[in-house]
Amino acid sequence: MNAWTIDAATSLAGKSDWTVLKPLLLQSVAQTLEMVLVTLLIGGFLGLVLGVILYGTRPGNLFENTVVYHILDVIVNIIRPIPFIIFLAAMQPLTIKVVGTSIGTAAAIFPMVVMCTFATSRLVEQNLVPVDPGVIEAARAMGASKFTIIRTVLIPEALGPLILAYAFLFIGVLDMSAMAGYIGGGGLGNFAIAYGYQKFDQTVTWSAVVIMIVLVQVVQAIANALAKHVLKRQR
Amino acid sequence: MAEAVITFDHVVKEYRRRGGGGQEHGTTRAVDDVSLDINAGDIYGIIGYSGAGKSTLVRMINALERPTSGSVTVLGTRVDQLSESKLRPIRQKIGMIFQQFNLFSTKTVAQNIAYPLQLDHWRKDYQDKRVDELLDFVGLRAHKDKYPSQLSGGQKQRVGIARALATNPKILLADEATSALDPETTAEVLALLKRVNEQLGVTIVLITHQMNVVQQIANKVAVMSAGKIVERGDVYDVFAAPQRSVTRRFIATALSGLPDAPRVAKLHEEWDGRLVSVLVRQKDIPAADGRPAVKASGQNISDLIAQYGIHSGLVYGGMDTVGGSAVGAITYVFDDSNPRFGEFLEALRRDSDVIDFGTASHPVEYDVAVAANEGETR
Repeated sequence: MNAWTIDAATSLAGKSDWTVLKPLLLQSVAQTLEMVLVTLLIGGFLGLVLGVILYGTRPGNLFENTVVYHILDVIVNIIRPIPFIIFLAAMQPLTIKVVGTSIGTAAAIFPMVVMCTFATSRLVEQNLVPVDPGVIEAARAMGASKFTIIRTVLIPEALGPLILAYAFLFIGVLDMSAMAGYIGGGGLGNFAIAYGYQKFDQTVTWSAVVIMIVLVQVVQAIANALAKHVLKRQR
Repeated sequence: MAEAVITFDHVVKEYRRRGGGGQEHGTTRAVDDVSLDINAGDIYGIIGYSGAGKSTLVRMINALERPTSGSVTVLGTRVDQLSESKLRPIRQKIGMIFQQFNLFSTKTVAQNIAYPLQLDHWRKDYQDKRVDELLDFVGLRAHKDKYPSQLSGGQKQRVGIARALATNPKILLADEATSALDPETTAEVLALLKRVNEQLGVTIVLITHQMNVVQQIANKVAVMSAGKIVERGDVYDVFAAPQRSVTRRFIATALSGLPDAPRVAKLHEEWDGRLVSVLVRQKDIPAADGRPAVKASGQNISDLIAQYGIHSGLVYGGMDTVGGSAVGAITYVFDDSNPRFGEFLEALRRDSDVIDFGTASHPVEYDVAVAANEGETR
């Protein structure tokens, strides 16, 4: 799809032509889902690992290591507050090295994964901290290895809050994916800007907004139900 | 003589104090040169106020804490230097229960009990069978599929006990296991622990700040204060003839036979005669564990009263059996206008430990009266 067809298809008449827009919209939805899901899968997992390391190296915890904790803590604190649109630009040289290009969906996913990893790590850490140290001690007393404790005690005990944290992350990643359109990542954000905002077509902008709202609502509702199911056992 | 299954040899545990808040840097000794043997089959009570170091001491048995110096030997293996992976087989021989139960909140009762079996790689059908056995033992078969949040405190602790016993341990560590329970539930859990000890032959180390817990099930007791064991011995011996003031304070919480100072003042208000407390110890205590020998006391009071014809009234007292023998104190008001009273009191003193609080018109100060008797006991 090049710029010329877009112009011809949409704005000249000043009215949305959905026979052309519909496949574009569907493609955008697919691109958004691809970016969000791949990012959540990879970044969510790496963030879980990093979050467990952050939690574990805290003073008094399983892998207590003040030096490692403080180094990771500082790195997370530096990366997280960078506005994502600037982070995208700043990451460009590294993106080219890793992905081979700095334009397109794959190129957008890389910085998203990096940012998602750091965001997830902090959320995971914060949700592991309230886990009762007593149950971890009980598992240690039974002879469970540290890795077993993480897998079979720590994460299950924090599962309810972790599910809600990942739902929260989904929204954050969706937000990132919208900005990824800026570097040719496509997706709903790009669709809204290119065919809605820049063509003064509010219907198009709002159709993208509505789809995003629906996506968020669906994910949040599923997460709430899951978390409720898990937490019901605990309280 | 039973063999020691746990041996502490000159164990010291120091913590580095964190600076800040005007506090200086330095080290705190949580456990200060403790040597202690715990024999197979014992229910060994370790009593002390919070911060006395008893929790730290017991956590060194399964190496949740490591000593700064000294050695800890459990079931013939030195545990203080072992790596976490080498500790695993030993930890499976040591069950542990906790004040806050520490059950896994997202696992059912059955899953909680099966957890140590999974760690030990039991076959699933053996696991199920063992879980059912344990549920029967602690009387929770009906609650198998409930989550801990649906259970009462006493039920939670019984799950804790079942979980701790799953892999057939030789030793059970109980860390303030009844402190969060009401008196009735405490009695139930203690009865269960007694059964664990008698039927399964499990050695139990019981940390508590409740002397009545020690009194009810322990056969041995060690009193900890500021990281040191200040007194130890058979429970009856320590109860009947406590040597240290910290021990006396603990015993007073379980056994209130001796009136306190306000009570004595009240008794003086009500009675004109001579107030005399007699300590009761049913049997002699041989010298042991660094304690002097102490004779029985209060066994012939009635005979002496009859012999000298002293008019008497019982006004206060309390007695209990500890380790199968009676321990306590009885307070009389005597008619000291009787000419043979002096002679009688002398005879009573020779026979028993006596605390003379004087009369309403000539009272003896409480501390002086009590100290006079303690001087005699030593």
